[in-house]
Amino acid sequence: MLEVVITIGIMLVKMVIVLSVVMLMVAYVTLMERRVLGRMQVRHGPNRVGWQGLLQPIADGTKLFFKEELTVDKANKGLYHLAPVIYMGCALAIYAVIPFGNEIEVLGRVIPLHIADINIGILYVFALSSLGVYGLVLAGWSSNNKYSMLGGLRAAAQMISYELPLGLSIIGVLMLTGSLSMVDIVNAQEHVWFVFLQPFGFLLYLICAFAEVGRTPFDLVECDNEIVAGYQTEYSSMKFAIFYLGEYMHIIAVSAIAVTLFWGGWRGPFLPPVVWFIGKVLAFVFFFIWVRATYPRFRYDQLMRFGWKVLLPLTLLNIVVTALVTLII
Amino acid sequence: MIPLSYYLVLSAILFTIGVVGVLVRRNAIMIFMAIELMLNAVNLSFVAIGKHLDSLDGQVFVFFVMAVAAAEVAVGLAIIVNLSRNKETINVDEINIMKW
Amino acid sequence: MTLFFFLLIAIVTVISAILVIVLRNPIHSALSLVLTFFSIAGLYILLNAQFIAAIQVIVYAGAIMVLFLFVIMLLNLEKEKRVSEKHPLQKAFGVSIALFLLGGIGSIVATGVLYGNMGTETAAKVSAVGNTKAIAGLLFTDWVLPFEITSILLIAAIVGAIVLTKKEL
Repeated sequence: MLEVVITIGIMLVKMVIVLSVVMLMVAYVTLMERRVLGRMQVRHGPNRVGWQGLLQPIADGTKLFFKEELTVDKANKGLYHLAPVIYMGCALAIYAVIPFGNEIEVLGRVIPLHIADINIGILYVFALSSLGVYGLVLAGWSSNNKYSMLGGLRAAAQMISYELPLGLSIIGVLMLTGSLSMVDIVNAQEHVWFVFLQPFGFLLYLICAFAEVGRTPFDLVECDNEIVAGYQTEYSSMKFAIFYLGEYMHIIAVSAIAVTLFWGGWRGPFLPPVVWFIGKVLAFVFFFIWVRATYPRFRYDQLMRFGWKVLLPLTLLNIVVTALVTLII
Repeated sequence: MIPLSYYLVLSAILFTIGVVGVLVRRNAIMIFMAIELMLNAVNLSFVAIGKHLDSLDGQVFVFFVMAVAAAEVAVGLAIIVNLSRNKETINVDEINIMKW
Repeated sequence: MTLFFFLLIAIVTVISAILVIVLRNPIHSALSLVLTFFSIAGLYILLNAQFIAAIQVIVYAGAIMVLFLFVIMLLNLEKEKRVSEKHPLQKAFGVSIALFLLGGIGSIVATGVLYGNMGTETAAKVSAVGNTKAIAGLLFTDWVLPFEITSILLIAAIVGAIVLTKKEL
């Protein structure tokens, strides 16, 4: 009985820690985005609130919290309130299967540093990321605004189209590992990281990940010069903030998955595993911001053509080549 | 350990709800959704019986049913979109001339 | 414990399935269908079929229902008028036929004995290799011909969908 209580207690503590770390990271990634973007565009970015602008996320959060909460008169109320919850919930639930460190020993008890190691880990991640679309589609539809609606439709088409190459691009890794569990995948990278064995697969994953979270150059879902702000046009105050948080959580989640699948997860010399993991994830987030500052946006027909006619055949080719090579060796 | 009959009864109830949906609703998309419900009810009994008989064939069948359902939805929704373009209604009882 | 979970999920499944055919707004029906698919995925997990549960969420909830929502939003369907003027008795007939069907299936489940040969994949054996691996092994050995035929079916469906919706080829 005591054993059960302790196990559940450890689970809860891990959940709380992961949740608070993710929230903290999201808050400071927004600051990082604005500062890095500022640097790249030869300006300063927010640096007045606190030392180097370190209190800026708190100020932003407080502002959003006290803003007036507007609900559109003709909106479909239930779904309008539900949509941000679905979007952020799906982003948050992904973190349950990501191993963020090796096992540690506390008071003579070995604690593995992941919340859950389920044997269909990758499929779980894909299931959740495909469910996140509902948040966007419902937000677009329930706001009763034509720009929101267009944003929702765009989101649905884009996510479905890029889900396929995203899933196929990691099949190479799964073929090398022979397991769907994230922990097994990290363990298989003890000697060589999969990015060296699957460089092509990694590149394709990265492109699809950009499209999946809707970042530049694929941010047509909220493309401001065509459809105002897409699905989130009619949202204000905390509901808008939840969409915003969800988007950054998605970015950190796809970065964490990229690190886990291709860059050895928490493995690295000298420093403790957790530090390595967070460092690699932040490097990816920096890359996301860098790309945002560098590339212009696709046109919508280009996006669809690229997804179906370029990425999908290339991922299939990657699978065939990987299969042939593993067969020969 | 849950008895097999519980799953079968649940599956039968779901299937019946699907049948009611097909027979009662007029909107082609709703009928389509009710068909999906029936397919899912059958899938559930496949997996349940498969577990009862210590066999994985039921789950393999469910895999095939899902593939067929995906193909069916792609073509079916294309037909419905076409229908609403040409007839401006997708109520099945108003589509009765077998041509356009 | 398992029984409690089963009953809970079963109740959610049945209620959401009823909502699918009762609600008048197609979007609401589609969302309750998503909930139904979710709870069926939960039942698959209770049945130790994790792979099928994941595929259920990815394919049904993630792809098929998004397509449904997409089409419903695209066609901008208004609330459906309940009873057709032409067929006033449709609902009564429909429900009574379905109840007959339920009675038939129910009597078979209650009285009949299920015949079938016991297979060899016991739960212990499957969990030793992993559910996904076991199914994959079957798919690529015993069921390889249907598996390949499925791919042809899917290609036919893709071509069919494109031909149907494209205005001029």
